[in-house]
Amino acid sequence: MDIPPLTNGYEIVYKKPQTLTDTPMHYCPGCGHGVAHRVLMEVVEEMGIQDRTIGVAPVGCSVFAYDYMNIDMQEAPHGRASAVASGIKRVLPDRYVFSYQGDGDLAAIGTGETIHVVNRGENILMVFINNGVYGMTGGQMAPTTLLGMKTTTTPYGREVKTAGHPLRITNLVAQLPGACYVTRQAVHTPTTVRKLKKAFRAALEYQQKQQGTCFVEVVSNCPSGWKMTPAEANKWLEENMFPFYPLGDLKLPAQSN
Amino acid sequence: MEEKAEVRLMKGNEALAEAAFRAGMHAYFGYPITPQSEVIEYLMAEQPSHPECVILQAESELAAINMIYGASGAGARVMITSSGPGISLMQEGISYMSSAQLPCLIANIQRGGPGLGTIQPSQGDYFQAVKGGGHGDYHLIVLAPASVQEMADFVFEGFRLAEKYRNPAMILTDGALGQMMEKVVLPPKGSLPYPEKPWATTGKTKDRERNIITSLFIQPEKMEQINLGLQAKYRQIEKEEVRYETIAVDDAEILLVAFGLTSRICQKTQQLARERGMRVGLLRPITLYPFPVEPIAALAAKVDAVLVVEMNAGQMVEDVRLAVEGKCPVQFKGRMGGMIPSPEEVLQAVETIAEKQHAEL
Repeated sequence: MDIPPLTNGYEIVYKKPQTLTDTPMHYCPGCGHGVAHRVLMEVVEEMGIQDRTIGVAPVGCSVFAYDYMNIDMQEAPHGRASAVASGIKRVLPDRYVFSYQGDGDLAAIGTGETIHVVNRGENILMVFINNGVYGMTGGQMAPTTLLGMKTTTTPYGREVKTAGHPLRITNLVAQLPGACYVTRQAVHTPTTVRKLKKAFRAALEYQQKQQGTCFVEVVSNCPSGWKMTPAEANKWLEENMFPFYPLGDLKLPAQSN
Repeated sequence: MEEKAEVRLMKGNEALAEAAFRAGMHAYFGYPITPQSEVIEYLMAEQPSHPECVILQAESELAAINMIYGASGAGARVMITSSGPGISLMQEGISYMSSAQLPCLIANIQRGGPGLGTIQPSQGDYFQAVKGGGHGDYHLIVLAPASVQEMADFVFEGFRLAEKYRNPAMILTDGALGQMMEKVVLPPKGSLPYPEKPWATTGKTKDRERNIITSLFIQPEKMEQINLGLQAKYRQIEKEEVRYETIAVDDAEILLVAFGLTSRICQKTQQLARERGMRVGLLRPITLYPFPVEPIAALAAKVDAVLVVEMNAGQMVEDVRLAVEGKCPVQFKGRMGGMIPSPEEVLQAVETIAEKQHAEL
């Protein structure tokens, strides 16, 4: 039996999109994944493309994205999401295809795939969640871990001498001719969430124009991995992550004449 | 226009590639490696005549197998080819595909190993092909062609079996069969029907639940059930898909067992032995997995000895010994590192066995 919602005469204007399932998310309190999932799925619903959208989630915290996103999805081996997405897009060129990858996946083990997928200009959307840490395996150093940042594998802070520099792969990707739209967004405040949603919408719309790869980095947090409360994590994000990973567009699509 | 079968003189690698077009392949993702690069070169050259088919050179074998994963998950009929080191690189993806139950056809045009090895033919990847190859409990359906004709025929058979069982299938062949030219009769295009793939991720329509392609089942109770399901499938394959060929085994005292290129060498040895009055027969496994256990066991009860001939240090011989179960002695003759045994060399091994048998009588 369907129980009618208690609206007391008010109209419901904000509800869960039917592109999300009812499965409770496993993400930690304060984590940005849940909001990023929701915003992306809102766009899919608003564009009316649920029946033409295929997502790819590789190993990492978001490997269970298929439990939450009510669309056809493929789980990919670690680092290979964009290769899997390329395979899907090549045989189903009229579908909307996206990968949803973390920093370890996209910028460490999957760097080769990332560079070549964008360089081929595959008409897919790559969502890149950068929280500077390997979340799922318990907070190890990621390629994007900031200098001095403590992780379980850099317990005294990341040092250039032993661990090299944090990688701004989005800047690298923006240099490639196959990239159509490259932007860096965030997901920790209502304002950044609205901007992120616009970026997702633009990226999916560009996909239809077949102008190349759209790449949306989301600079996010990891309260559990960072050993902080959600509020502390968001403050740390603004004070430390944003200066090194400044928000904004890195490449906009070529204007058609 | 009705297409007909066509007779051509082709290299094994080219026959395999042409057969893939005719078998209705949707997509091929590959990476160059000797001695199989003719496959992708042929496919690229002929692609304009098959505009429905995607042929892509990936940046690595690793990317290529994952493109195969994605395209297969999206419902396409897909093929990938490589040799030794490239096949090793693909093992993670092949394990994922086996668990996610994604059909695909993989061809390994073997070269001598281990390591970078040599580009000369070998059968050194037998274990890797028939015992799983990557992590976890799984099997590929493995077909071993012995002629250019079979390089083409097994493409059709490989696609058919892979799709029937939702399992990766492998054509395990070698550089000699890939490079040699022979007459080949090519079936017409469109002769292999496409099965329904209701599980494919083509976009969730309103009339069905979402489709998910995954190999992640984090609860051990669920993962065990997935494993039991795979094992039940393998038992069915073992029951229904064993293929082999025998020559002059009815009165044989010595049984040769060999697959692929070495089975052709052994065919010559078998003739030479008969000319010398030795009663020698040959059993050639066509499917290496499922392995022809019962036919070998039945013959082992009748012959005096079995001689297994391979271009490796002795791999299939282990499966032959398991099938023979001590009913008769099992000997091995092998060459490694890209060396091919001659029929005369194998005949010497047969003669040694025959002399030993007579000495014991």
